[in-house]
Amino acid sequence: MAQMTMIQAITHALDLELARDERVLVFGEDVGNNGGVFRATEGLQKKYGADRVFDTPLAESGIIGLANGLAIQGFRPVPEIQFFGFVFEAFDQIAGQLARTRYRSGGRYTAPVTIRSPFGGGVHTPEMHADSLEGLFVQTPGIKVVIPSNPYEAKGLLLAAIRDPDPVIFLEHMKLYRSFRQEVPEDDYTIPLGVANVVREGKDATVIAYGAMVSVAQKAAEQWSKEKGFEAEVIDLRTISPIDIDTIVKSIQKTNRAIVVQEAQRSAGAAAEIVAQINEQAIYHLEAPVLRATPPDTVYPFGMIEDEWLPTPQYVVDTLNKVMTL
Amino acid sequence: MSLNLEAKPVPFLQILDIEGNVVDAQQMPQLSDNELRDLMRKMVFTRVWDQRAVKLARQGRLGFYAPVAGQEASMIGSEAATKKEDFLLPGYRDIPQLVWHGLPLHQAFLYSRGHQSGGKIPDDVNVLMPQIIIGAQIVEAAGVGLAFKLKGEKRVAVTYTGDGGTSQGDFYEGMNFAGAFNAPVVFVVQNNQFAISVPVHLQTAAQTLAQKAIAAGIHGVQVDGMDVLAVYAATKEAAERARNGEGPTLIEAVTFRYGPHTMSGDDPTRYRTKDLESEWEKKDPLVRFRRFLEGKGLWSEKDEETVIDEAKTAIQEALAKADAEPKMTITGLIDSMFESLPADLKRQRDEFSAEEGQ
Repeated sequence: MAQMTMIQAITHALDLELARDERVLVFGEDVGNNGGVFRATEGLQKKYGADRVFDTPLAESGIIGLANGLAIQGFRPVPEIQFFGFVFEAFDQIAGQLARTRYRSGGRYTAPVTIRSPFGGGVHTPEMHADSLEGLFVQTPGIKVVIPSNPYEAKGLLLAAIRDPDPVIFLEHMKLYRSFRQEVPEDDYTIPLGVANVVREGKDATVIAYGAMVSVAQKAAEQWSKEKGFEAEVIDLRTISPIDIDTIVKSIQKTNRAIVVQEAQRSAGAAAEIVAQINEQAIYHLEAPVLRATPPDTVYPFGMIEDEWLPTPQYVVDTLNKVMTL
Repeated sequence: MSLNLEAKPVPFLQILDIEGNVVDAQQMPQLSDNELRDLMRKMVFTRVWDQRAVKLARQGRLGFYAPVAGQEASMIGSEAATKKEDFLLPGYRDIPQLVWHGLPLHQAFLYSRGHQSGGKIPDDVNVLMPQIIIGAQIVEAAGVGLAFKLKGEKRVAVTYTGDGGTSQGDFYEGMNFAGAFNAPVVFVVQNNQFAISVPVHLQTAAQTLAQKAIAAGIHGVQVDGMDVLAVYAATKEAAERARNGEGPTLIEAVTFRYGPHTMSGDDPTRYRTKDLESEWEKKDPLVRFRRFLEGKGLWSEKDEETVIDEAKTAIQEALAKADAEPKMTITGLIDSMFESLPADLKRQRDEFSAEEGQ
């Protein structure tokens, strides 16, 4: 066991997988010699060589196109998009190509590609760095979307993502990269994709969150318990496509109330899909409508007003109070 | 100081003129009599197939179809210069190259009809199904080429696009990536003068499309795309260079499509003059190569009739086989999304399989 930050856990997972499977290739802008702009690939090129871990020209569509071509010839590419706000450059190669390879070839070709990319607010990045764009890929058939909330899970989920026979987008929240350390086992373990995790037991309301919003939800739950004596059950979704609706329904059967907390603006992200699935599968267990605690439907804000824009524990508590009185 | 701005920035290759005379004996590819006859056989077969496919599309017996008449030399000349282990990444018009590389004809028809089996390429055939997103195949080809290089395999990725496709970002990115990685890729641009209704001079002010190779630092050559020997020779050399680790090449084949852009309602009389069409009809790749072969005593009217009959029979058989393919199902589509179905998709499968059962 070792104390690791999330970025160290990610490097550690890449290291393990590069050693275990020689088909794994890591590439992107500045991931080679430089070790990545966040040091996520630090030391890997030196250890595995420039044939396994390498830099690419500065072109996102080219990077994912490269991954597509390598994948249909038997490699397991782990490309990086430097910031997920740059994903629009590669949108066709992800949604138009990668996600459809197995389907359009009737299974003749597959795309075991894991796209790693940082995103997320609260660290005052310039424009187009922090945007939560995961919802675009919740709406893209053929691709899974994973967002870890801590170092332990980042390692297990990344290993599962790379080993998945189909494409996965693995989104790493920048604020979580070095905000805390956690015990992370050195050995090989995976956390199954598509399975949520109940991180706090409660009986009065269910809070569904992912990414950096998991700790916001946990803080809100503690505050709510102190202030009102209510106990919120907090679910870390971990995989936001496909959504683990069974875990959510099970929780709602107990709590009869729910809210969804996400960092993406209201009509983006995964919240609307979660609410729709709850509506289909748990409506008779609900005492109140499912509310969303999200930022407003604006463009991601300039740094000066970021902290006011992003959901805070207080905002989550307010939303919980609302759902209790509806 | 005077700059010679008029000179062509890339070489131009033509071996046969429109009369079928050899104008550049030095560049003549080394092909046996049988190989020469085979090129003609494939071109005639493809012309018959195209004529039949146009009719079948009008009758509703085929779906999406992009005519190829006029482009036989650029399509067949380039494919014939590849090896079976080379990997083709075609655009939507490049069905003949796939078939001559090994894709069964009935699967080409199934693709046209919109049946999933059309894209289920046999295991021993090294092609990807046709790409609809213009330019996507170009960046993917760089990845396929890099895979061959990393595995130490002496194989080449060959990809195709049209003149309009050279304006896409992916076209430049793909060439530039292949150049930066020194990957074994041959990029073939079939410049048939029009991207639907837009003439090539509205795509770019560049004098040739082949010179776009200069931006990526790779080899570029323009060839007479109505001359099967020139296309063959250029592709052969590019593929060999790639195989030997000398990097990618861009080949521009200057050609013409006699038919409409696709059978989906395009009317070329809106944007092309009769004069232009008849000018290009004089350059017909079949006419000039037939004259060349007849001059060498390698082709006769009887040979031509034999191929036409062979093509008609093969098309009939392929249609029958396509007709016999089982209908697609929604559950079949769902099953093809992932190796193992996520829970939500399983639920949807149950829902739709119940409907299918009714």
